Amino acid sequence: MKRTLGTLTHPVIGDNPITVQILGICSALAVTTSLATALVMCAALTAVLTVASGLISALRHHIPQSIRLIVQITIIASLVIVVDEVLKAYAFEISKRLSVFVGLIITNCIVLGRAEAFAMRNPVGPSLLDGFGNSIGYSLILIVIGTIREVLGAGTLLGYSVLPTVAQGGWFTPLKLMLLAPSAFFLLGFLVWAVRAWRREQVEQPEFRIRRPAGGGRP
Amino acid sequence: MAGPDMISWWRRFRALPKDSTPKTLAFALAVALGAAIVVSIATVTLRPLQKANLERERQARIVAMVSRAIGDSGPLTAYMIDLNSGRLTRDIDPVTFDAEAAAKNPATSVAIPQAADVAGLGRRAKHAPVFLRFDGDKPVLIVLPVYGKGYQSTIWGYLALKGDGNTIAGLSFFKQGETPGLGARIMEPAWQALWPGKQLADDTGTLRVQVTKGSAKGPYEVDGITGATRTGNGVTNLLRFWLGDLGFGPFLKRLKSGEIRP
Repeated sequence: MKRTLGTLTHPVIGDNPITVQILGICSALAVTTSLATALVMCAALTAVLTVASGLISALRHHIPQSIRLIVQITIIASLVIVVDEVLKAYAFEISKRLSVFVGLIITNCIVLGRAEAFAMRNPVGPSLLDGFGNSIGYSLILIVIGTIREVLGAGTLLGYSVLPTVAQGGWFTPLKLMLLAPSAFFLLGFLVWAVRAWRREQVEQPEFRIRRPAGGGRP
Repeated sequence: MAGPDMISWWRRFRALPKDSTPKTLAFALAVALGAAIVVSIATVTLRPLQKANLERERQARIVAMVSRAIGDSGPLTAYMIDLNSGRLTRDIDPVTFDAEAAAKNPATSVAIPQAADVAGLGRRAKHAPVFLRFDGDKPVLIVLPVYGKGYQSTIWGYLALKGDGNTIAGLSFFKQGETPGLGARIMEPAWQALWPGKQLADDTGTLRVQVTKGSAKGPYEVDGITGATRTGNGVTNLLRFWLGDLGFGPFLKRLKSGEIRP
């Protein structure tokens, strides 16, 4: 039971796909200009990652080694197309704002990474939990960054005014930088720093050390 | 009999290791088939909803385009016209009319002579919707649906004309698949804002409106987008076709002569 729960909770903070594995950065930057797009993206990734992990795990004894990656990609791509079509039908406005980034879930390393690293070697139940847990880990980061960026960048949250902006007669001048991609890099960097300051075990050992020449100056 | 043969064949197949070539091929085929079925079902069942979304957006875009172009969002009425004669027709509901389907159906469309088919359409529907606003008996705003081949896709849009039928009030595209960052920039409000005020034809009635390569001069030319020459040519061609005799030309003549009233 404890192990089962661990499969679900470990990827949330302990092995978070974004802050620890540093995967899925592209979409984390692109869709977090507002919380609404971030939430829809999270839902899309959760659906794809969970179902893909389950399906690939169910087929794992039959997937031939030589074509396993292309099979995984085919399954993931089909699911992404279905999710994209559903969004276009039921959440048209948001799907337009997400543009290609739902389609790019296909190339999101988290999905293929979990398929290859976990679902291919574990039964369906744990694989579903692992997929779902990683989705929560991904969603958590997107929601945090999306909230900060929307509040500071536009003074709103989910479209509702939180900080009255100067344009509306309030006092808050929106930080336009927050709506640009670099700000997401900064926020992500601070977030990784904060998590690793709290959880020291996540700090990676340097792969090599730069030797400093004695006495300073150039070697 | 084939029965026992099939069974023994199936047994032998089952006994093969999963990495053997026949099993690998069979698995690949099964996955491809499964994926194709799932994707097809999703696409086909959701298409009506997606079309309704696009339709809603289209309606909203007409109003948005018109309000941007002429600074108000007054009412527009949809009419259906027969393109050949240019007369209004009441047989078809303009709101539910599907130009794409009508242009494909031989019963509701006509072939365009190759020499005149500058927009690369092949066929066009016999009818088309138009959106008009009248002030008394005089038309003050004419919105025409236009489409044609761009560089790599069909570009769909609306052209708004002022009451004289020769001055552009606005041009807005709502569907295209041009190169992102180049041709697809025809969707940008900044580019579409270049159109209001441009003239279609000169005093002799010759269509002069065009997207230029380089800088636009005079009342008929609009700056093209750098790196999207063929998309620009596509826009020129689709405007020339739809404003010509095979497009809305006959209708615009009748409108100018005061024959068409609300």
